[in-house]
Amino acid sequence: MELINLGIKSIFIENMVFAYFLGMCSFLAVSKKVSTAFGLGLAVVFVLTITVPVNWLLNEYVLKEGALTWISADFAATDMTFLRFIMFIAVIAAMVQLVEMVVEKFAPSLYGSLGIFLPLIAVNCAILGSSLFMAQRDYTVAEATVFGFGSGFGFFLAIIALAAIREKLKYSNVPNGLKGLGITMLITGLMGMAFMSFMGISI
Amino acid sequence: MKFLRDLLDKQKPLFQKGGKLEQFYYAFEAGETFLFSPKHTTGPKGAHIKDAIDLKRMMITVVIAMIPCLLFGIWNVGEQHFLATGQAGTFLEKFGLGAQLVLPIVITAYAAGGLVEAAFAVIRKHPINEGFLVTGMLIPLVVPATLPLWQVALATVFAVVIAKEVFGGTGMNILNVAMTARAFLYFAYPSQISGDQVWTYLGDKAPVEGFSGATALAVAYNTTVSDIGTVEQALAEHNTALGDGMFSFFNMFWGAIPGSIGETSTLFALIGALILVATGVGSWKIIVGVFGGAYGMGLLLNALAVNEFMAMPPHYHLVMGGLAFGAVFMATDPVSAAQTEMGKWIYGILIGVLTVIIRVLNPAYPEGIMLAVLFMNVFAPLVDYYIVQANKKRRLQRATV
Repeated sequence: MELINLGIKSIFIENMVFAYFLGMCSFLAVSKKVSTAFGLGLAVVFVLTITVPVNWLLNEYVLKEGALTWISADFAATDMTFLRFIMFIAVIAAMVQLVEMVVEKFAPSLYGSLGIFLPLIAVNCAILGSSLFMAQRDYTVAEATVFGFGSGFGFFLAIIALAAIREKLKYSNVPNGLKGLGITMLITGLMGMAFMSFMGISI
Repeated sequence: MKFLRDLLDKQKPLFQKGGKLEQFYYAFEAGETFLFSPKHTTGPKGAHIKDAIDLKRMMITVVIAMIPCLLFGIWNVGEQHFLATGQAGTFLEKFGLGAQLVLPIVITAYAAGGLVEAAFAVIRKHPINEGFLVTGMLIPLVVPATLPLWQVALATVFAVVIAKEVFGGTGMNILNVAMTARAFLYFAYPSQISGDQVWTYLGDKAPVEGFSGATALAVAYNTTVSDIGTVEQALAEHNTALGDGMFSFFNMFWGAIPGSIGETSTLFALIGALILVATGVGSWKIIVGVFGGAYGMGLLLNALAVNEFMAMPPHYHLVMGGLAFGAVFMATDPVSAAQTEMGKWIYGILIGVLTVIIRVLNPAYPEGIMLAVLFMNVFAPLVDYYIVQANKKRRLQRATV
């Protein structure tokens, strides 16, 4: 039950995009078509669901203060949390490489349309952000997995909703100065307002 | 009518191409088509079959459907004032007081919305759309009668510019304009549009002893934080200073309760729904979906029933707050709602479900219909997208090449 609550919380209430405004770059850039956004969203879900628990292991058994005591009691005072960023990023980058290879092999058209944004998931702040939140909030491994999946799924929902809106927007008559990114940012703000409906629910 | 036509015909060359006031053509055109049906004919190319209903008639139908709610709202503002101050008043006194409070709000919303619309029409050279007739009427109906007029104007301008004109005007927006205006007010000036004090106009008179301006939803929510028995008991015992049964089921259905101007009466919202559905302007699927979704979610919460609010009989959800008004006038907005038939069901039901979830589970907001409509506006294009995809898939399977 706790885990389900955490999942719902990370999808809707603490949505990566609308509550923390993380992962904006790919959110804005790869949301022109629903099919592409769907692909990127799935990739983010996958990367997050894997990296957050892996980073949890890393954090728990290598980086935390006293984490290395499983090797020898001498390390009880060793605190390697300063390595957190670089280690987390390394895991994420490796994971993204894997996803990239899989996508290139099995969905070349998606690979083409995602372009540079697929490798850029590696530096997507939503992904590093989730790992850091996980470390900061002292989740258990099960919670970390659920949280990773939930954050990814929240991002996935947000990006396909935005992509559907932008496809509909083709029929709109947006002023020249606002075409493209300008109107997308306005839409993001309006979507954020709609997502406010969940803020404050405590489960 | 002849002299009007002559007058317009005389002025027309001024506004047409090459005329002195050429850039104001669309302002002129709006006035002309408002008074007379346009003489446009289809050229050799294009569709020659035309319906008698155009955008102007459609919008004016919505305005007509809102008039019962508006009239009732005007009366109810007066009624609540006389009840709260413990005076006896005739029907005319109540109506007069209500009109004094409500009409300035309506006029402000129309003036602000109309000015922005006209300015954009002239600058961007598109015809003035009649969407603002509906928006200007919807905004007053979803705010309390005590709202300062400058806030009405500000919210109207914000909503018309940010939620509509930047997308190109009527028919191209993604969020319901009136709901955006209300959400803007709600987040920017919460103290004037939420709480217990704003719903009843007191003027400079003192309220009767034991008066409470809380809405039915606030009373119902209160049962979850303090131990005052079931929701039905709490509602029955509330505000007995003003007489019994203010929050009885039938009084809430009839609508003589505190709330925003036009949304208190479920009965008059349903009369509006009848007009909208009969003329084909609003979709009955969405309206039924919202009511059904809210009822179903109410039942589901009954089964869980962790607190008293969850255990409230689900039919109470349908008459409390703005659910009926939102379902009839906000959710059915043909621009921001789902377009596909199946999508309308999904869209409507999810609005109902979300409304009840926000009401019962989210302590931050007493009423959920506003944010539920906005939330589903955001997801409506996605719902449509997948319904169209599923349709394509099904039909492709049938196709034999």
